[in-house]
Amino acid sequence: MDLDSILGAIFNFDNYGELLVLVQNSIWAGAILGLLGGLVGTFVMKRDLAFAVHGISELSFAGAAFALLIGADVVFGSLIGSVAAALLLGIMGVRARDKNSIIGVIMPFGLGLGILFLSLYQGRAANKFGLLTGQIVSVDTVQLQVLAGTAVVIMLVLLAIWRPLNFASVDPDLAEARGVPVRTLAVVFMIVLGVSVALSIQVVGALLVLALLITPAAAALRVTSSPVAAVVLSVVFAVTATVGGILLALGGRIPISPYVTTLSFLIYVVCRVFGSVRAARGINGRVLTASRQP
Amino acid sequence: MKSVVSLRGACLKFGQRTLWEDLDLDIRPGEFFAVLGPNGSGKTSFLKVLLGLQKLHSGQAELGGRPVERGSSLIGYIPQQKSFPPDTPMRARDLVALGVDGHRWGIRLQPGKTNRKVDQLLHMVGADDYAKVPVGQLSGGEQQRLRVAQALATAPQVLLCDEPLLSLDLHHQQAVSALIHQQSREHNTAVVFVTHEINPIIEYVDRVLYLAGGRFRVGTPDEVMTTEVLSDLYGSNVEVIHANGRIVVVGLPDATTHHHGADSLAGEVA
Repeated sequence: MDLDSILGAIFNFDNYGELLVLVQNSIWAGAILGLLGGLVGTFVMKRDLAFAVHGISELSFAGAAFALLIGADVVFGSLIGSVAAALLLGIMGVRARDKNSIIGVIMPFGLGLGILFLSLYQGRAANKFGLLTGQIVSVDTVQLQVLAGTAVVIMLVLLAIWRPLNFASVDPDLAEARGVPVRTLAVVFMIVLGVSVALSIQVVGALLVLALLITPAAAALRVTSSPVAAVVLSVVFAVTATVGGILLALGGRIPISPYVTTLSFLIYVVCRVFGSVRAARGINGRVLTASRQP
Repeated sequence: MKSVVSLRGACLKFGQRTLWEDLDLDIRPGEFFAVLGPNGSGKTSFLKVLLGLQKLHSGQAELGGRPVERGSSLIGYIPQQKSFPPDTPMRARDLVALGVDGHRWGIRLQPGKTNRKVDQLLHMVGADDYAKVPVGQLSGGEQQRLRVAQALATAPQVLLCDEPLLSLDLHHQQAVSALIHQQSREHNTAVVFVTHEINPIIEYVDRVLYLAGGRFRVGTPDEVMTTEVLSDLYGSNVEVIHANGRIVVVGLPDATTHHHGADSLAGEVA
């Protein structure tokens, strides 16, 4: 395979207009998941749950693989897997140290189960691969409605608990003193996270969920400390990565996930450079007048 | 005068261990009340009782004339200084805003109203200059100023301070304790100040609750911080030296709670 044909496989914009109509559903799905990922991602960062997202996605993968094996709905299977994992972490892993070791235990177990189920599965190989790397191109209207409906419910829950969840995430001791139900919120957020992971797996696959739930929020935090700006940027970055990835991937022969993850990564790199330049110049919002009391 | 905090026959036990019992206490509005004692004597538990996070074994605890409850807006809570991760998406003003409406459900619908309140609180503690600096980049003293602003957000009747000076240097200890005292004077707010070191606040303290060895003593610093009283509480020879308006306690059984070199002599032997 020479360079031209490799490039042709990656970027191909022949008959682009016609293709665009065909994948309308996928673009909408990508936008919805970008929005959800951007919103949930900021809390994942605030609560230091990046590793947990990875653990949840592996168990979600096992659930999806099992559903595939027994001929059940794959989305439902991955939902069960990820919510179970999320609840387990939410209830057991109260301390950060403890949490990481529990995730380290769960993750290989989930991945192993998933591989077992996939090995037993006799159907199309593309179905197997899709669980790991994403398969958004094949979203039909019913699937899109289910996806959108679930995402809307999750976002409403998130909006309802937004302020106390933020309080409990960034300042847990004080939140508890102010009567915020810190423990309950932790468990509710893990359910929100579990469902979000299960939905995201359909776009980018189990292996690459972090690109949707972590990278955009992490990039946003490199360039702003304002809570509102962080959420807005995180959503913009996530939607850009998913929708942009789908648009780029249209003509090529490869799955969507490499495009999404690469865009996501590039955004992060740019933000990181921008953030370092600002930090090097000592810009942090302090008003430099005659020094006052500490 | 009506008391803000009132304890009647209060007793706190963990399993077989009694931290304190038969504690009757009334704290008046505007009073600066210090809670002293070695580690494990129940100082922090005392605060938790008032916060409604810890149930008494027996007796009653009242706040503003009603039984204590979780999340009461009568309380402003000032915690120990802690370091925030550098990438926490929170600026100084956002930390203060948590005190204003962080506990409410939903999202902030009237940001203008909250912002005005936050500006006012920041100005009150002299933190205007670093209002937009990420909390991870603030000094310990600056953070504790914000904690005072945050605690004042609900115009509380009592400020509960849990070792707010810990890990601050001497200069910042003085600045922060002066700020807390000034705010309590201006708003007639009672202050319950848990600390293991009375000297930074000695000039403000009206009364002391000294907890040690499952017992306690309440009174003015002059009544409580004496060789006789502390020796009795600890059940061993403790010497209290008054020098230049400061109080030095020598020979504490629990040497780890005091930082002065002279204190640790007796503790090392056991």
